[in-house]
Amino acid sequence: MRKIVVVGNGMVGYKFCEKLVAHPNFEAYHVVVFGEEPRPAYDRVHLSEYFSDKSADELLMAPVNWYQENSIELRTSELVTAIDLENKSIKTHKHTVLDYDYLILATGSSPFVPPIKGSDKQGVFVYRTIEDLDAMKSYASKIKMVGKRSAAVLGGGLLGLEAANAAKELGLDAHVIEFAPRLMPRQLDQAASNMLQSKIESLGIGIHLNKATNEVVGEERIERMDFADETHLDVDMLIISAGIRPRDELARQSGIQVGPRGGIYVNEKMQTSDPNIFAIGEVALYNEGIYGLVAPGYEMAEVAVEQITGGDKCMAASIDMSTQLKLIGTEVASFGDPFVENQDIVAITYENKQSGIYKRINVAKDGTRLYGGILVGDSSDYNTLFQIYYNVMKLPENPEDLILGSRGGDSILGSVLDLPDTAQICSCESISKGEICNSLEEGTCADLKDIIKCTKATTGCGGCKPMVVDLVNETLKSLGKEVKDMICEHFKYNRQELYDLVKVKKIETFEEALATIGRGCGCEICKPVMASIFSSIYMDTANKQPVIQDSNDRFLANIQRNGTYSIVPRVPGGEISPEKLIVLGEVAKKYDLYTKITGGQRIDLFGAELHELPLIWKELIDAGFESGHAYGKSLRTVKSCVGSTWCRYGMHESVSFAIDIENRYRGLRSPHKLKGGVSGCIRECAEARGKDFGLIAVDGGWNLYVCGNGGATPKHAILLAEQLDDETCVKYLDRFLMFYIRTAGPLVRTAPWLDKLEGGIDYLKKVVVEDSLGIAAELEAEMQGLVNKYECEWKQAVEDPEMAARFKHFVNSEDSDDTIEYVALRDQKMPRRW
Amino acid sequence: MEELLNQYKTVTQDNATIWFKVGKTTDFPANGGACIKHQNKQIAVYNFSLTSSWYACQNLCPHKMEMVLSRGMIGDREGIPKVACPLHKKTFSLEDGSNLNGEDYKIAVYPVKIEDEMVYIGFAE
Ligand code: SRM
Ligand SMILES: Cc1cc2nc3c(=O)[nH]c(=O)nc-3n(C[C@H](O)[C@H](O)[C@H](O)COP(=O)(O)OP(=O)(O)OC[C@H]3O[C@@H](n4cnc5c(N)ncnc54)[C@H](O)[C@@H]3O)c2cc1C
Ligand code: SF4
Ligand code: FES
Repeated sequence: MRKIVVVGNGMVGYKFCEKLVAHPNFEAYHVVVFGEEPRPAYDRVHLSEYFSDKSADELLMAPVNWYQENSIELRTSELVTAIDLENKSIKTHKHTVLDYDYLILATGSSPFVPPIKGSDKQGVFVYRTIEDLDAMKSYASKIKMVGKRSAAVLGGGLLGLEAANAAKELGLDAHVIEFAPRLMPRQLDQAASNMLQSKIESLGIGIHLNKATNEVVGEERIERMDFADETHLDVDMLIISAGIRPRDELARQSGIQVGPRGGIYVNEKMQTSDPNIFAIGEVALYNEGIYGLVAPGYEMAEVAVEQITGGDKCMAASIDMSTQLKLIGTEVASFGDPFVENQDIVAITYENKQSGIYKRINVAKDGTRLYGGILVGDSSDYNTLFQIYYNVMKLPENPEDLILGSRGGDSILGSVLDLPDTAQICSCESISKGEICNSLEEGTCADLKDIIKCTKATTGCGGCKPMVVDLVNETLKSLGKEVKDMICEHFKYNRQELYDLVKVKKIETFEEALATIGRGCGCEICKPVMASIFSSIYMDTANKQPVIQDSNDRFLANIQRNGTYSIVPRVPGGEISPEKLIVLGEVAKKYDLYTKITGGQRIDLFGAELHELPLIWKELIDAGFESGHAYGKSLRTVKSCVGSTWCRYGMHESVSFAIDIENRYRGLRSPHKLKGGVSGCIRECAEARGKDFGLIAVDGGWNLYVCGNGGATPKHAILLAEQLDDETCVKYLDRFLMFYIRTAGPLVRTAPWLDKLEGGIDYLKKVVVEDSLGIAAELEAEMQGLVNKYECEWKQAVEDPEMAARFKHFVNSEDSDDTIEYVALRDQKMPRRW
Repeated sequence: MEELLNQYKTVTQDNATIWFKVGKTTDFPANGGACIKHQNKQIAVYNFSLTSSWYACQNLCPHKMEMVLSRGMIGDREGIPKVACPLHKKTFSLEDGSNLNGEDYKIAVYPVKIEDEMVYIGFAE
């Protein structure tokens, strides 16, 4: 067995292991990996999501047991301190000594901290590891408690902007300090930077260009930054993002050749000056360059694996540095050479200050070739442009069509299937179009999920996702292999198709549906789906076709473990008067019901027998209550915090707004239950971001978040639009909810729906905010129609003797069910145990 | 509990000795079910109006021994009439009472007869 030692378990070190494991000769090697960090390799590219919605575990490239399963010895928290080239061995800070046949240096880089006086003060951070982020988080909450909230980021590059966004997510006021006269100086020209600057400023982030920092001032902790132009900025926290320095110290000490400005020299085989030692990733100095991106690092990992296992793959001579900015609420991308302009190459630009869009492409004067470009404000064409540039594809007759959109309406590229087979679709994993199409054609992969699983395409930076999705869909279509999802044996359609059919054919009952578009008698799967669709289209209450309702809806109550029911009247926004509270208490006492405050800010009365339901509801309705639809796949609660009426921090009246919204959507049936929340300020006491839709009061209006939930797979809701007035907010909510109701699968809540929605939140924003499908007015009108038709179904049921007839335990007797037994529970009762 | 369950034994058209009148056809919702009482037994009766057929079974779900099956949704699986328990959606064939999820549970079924718009259930004792 040959011994391979890998130093560094970062993204590239991990990729090396992954590629090696996949190699047919993997058995011939014994691999030991050393990582200085306390946890196995994680996805640094998506590190910022640690602040929003990913846990450290979710960020892992592979769980710990992956290494075990593949017999790779992983030693975390262990720093390699010396290499003995002569004896081919390494030593660690724990005094482990280990021989190697091949040594892989994947030590990455560390953030560059410029020699500025005072940069060692408390409150100064770098942005590279989970520990860095944890430290920032706890420091931010400490300073916020004493009312301090100003954070600066030193460096206006890609990472700096990401860090600024993170500071904002931590609830701080963020500033970006950049030495150059423009943002992202390596990727953007001045016009692009100006456009980006105004976008970012409108998000509330301060931008300070042309600023050289002289000193970080403060007693123990940072208080102020002084600049060379004699200005200063008061700050309570600083994140330094001023570039990276390769971690070549190990190589340097042991006599491996390093570059004058750092980095370990490697040839096209990734070999260092010692042929048994390879360097890959951000530490490698290849072709005079250090590449701070995953894609080249992954390619290096592959080359090293190939070379060691006897292959002959070498690194390409030129390395592509195209990038897209994630996360900052605006789209930015740059590809190829963004700046070239000379006697043979011209720049074509398009600028629209109104909508904040800037596009630039650099094309050969004779119109034959695309060299690079920049996109700000709208990067939807990035993948296409990148393909054209990268594969040196032919340009359209009028190259400006590339950024203006061809006036014929088709995509500028035609079909994705027109790309050459060699076109590299996922550059992180170097997956070509041919590989994706072939595995679909040969049947080794059946769908997108399979493709991602076996090729790993889209799992790096994720930028290629839209194109991979397109490619998979188009290929499957061309193979006539569109897999059809249908809800059950009785209807050969999915929910969205059923929704459309019911609407177009004006089908009104389940029997009619079976007769026209279905077969058989139906079942417990299609019945509730159809019930929900009828109700979403006609606002039918569950009283119209009780027998097709899910068990709970049929009796307008939640069935409990002993066959009795619970009663949850609506308490909009959680606001309830003492009088009404007393009524609930009295009713509960009279019918001997177990009472409990629910997790949804209302009161649940348990243990009502079927025949008692109408009696109890009659009393509640007389006292002004109505159904809370706790049993339905429908709007449950809109949780609120007390808000500006009482709370000293409140910015808007969250209770009033929550009540309005709850009343607007009460009774609305949907593919799964819907919950909302309204918080009066960013302290978020209503947990609005844990709901399908949430509103948080900010300066100037409401921020609207969508597609969150608690439950088994918690997801934070994502920002859809900012600083909305009440009216716009309701408008967007109408559109969002109606769009969800129309298109989601049965029992798919908003978060998994969004996960599956092609184009994700950006697409949703386009549909809801920009009305890209031109259906906004229709969605609003539909919702208004449903809102107007609302009726309390319990009121209907108790007032109509025919409807009330179903709440009888026996058809042929007035007896009640004598098998129900209770046992005592504290001051109340509960069903006897199963 | 066992006792409760043991009361219910499948009765076929042929070995029914008493036909007990349980109500008018209109007392039972179209394409739905309702419960009747006979001595100390609770029986779920289903009106499959789509196929003009009727079925009956014990109201007791053998899974957790609750009197709930009459409140379940009915339908068919490849033509076999069935009911899904409202508590955990275990489904049972209404033809022979077998469990359609491949589990050991089984329910007793009873024959139903319609005469002059009246519904009768057949019992063996
Ligand atoms: C009563 C209540 C628990 C309580 O005593 O506090 C409750 C009770 C049930 N929840 Fe819940 N949930 C209750 C608040 C919640 C909350 C908290 C909230 O709403 O803020 C959550 C997490 C938030 C969320 O939904 O995102 C919650 C997440 C769930 C889930 C998981 C949903 C998910 O998407 O993962 C289920 C299962 C489901 O719906 O498929 C569930 C299902 C249920 C069911 C319906 C299970 C069932 O089928 O019997 C329970 C009905 C009991 C009954 O008969 O009333 N319940 N449930 C709460 C009623 C709130 C209300 O006033 O309507
Ligand atoms: C916030 C952030 C966002 C980013 N976004 C993008 C993006 O959108 N697109 C993109 O392409 N790239 C992005 N990058 C860059 C990308 O993460 C890096 O290019 C990539 O992680 C480099 O991988 P690596 O394995 O070379 O280095 P690293 O991931 O840094 O791994 C090196 C590891 O080696 C360990 N180590 C070092 N020395 C030793 C030693 N002597 N002994 C043991 N262990 C040692 C280090 O602790 C570290 O864990 C981003 C980076 C950050 C920080
Ligand atoms: S958490 Fe589980 S047990 Fe508790 S109420 Fe919700 S569904 Fe029932
Ligand atoms: S009690 Fe009927 S399925 Fe569980």
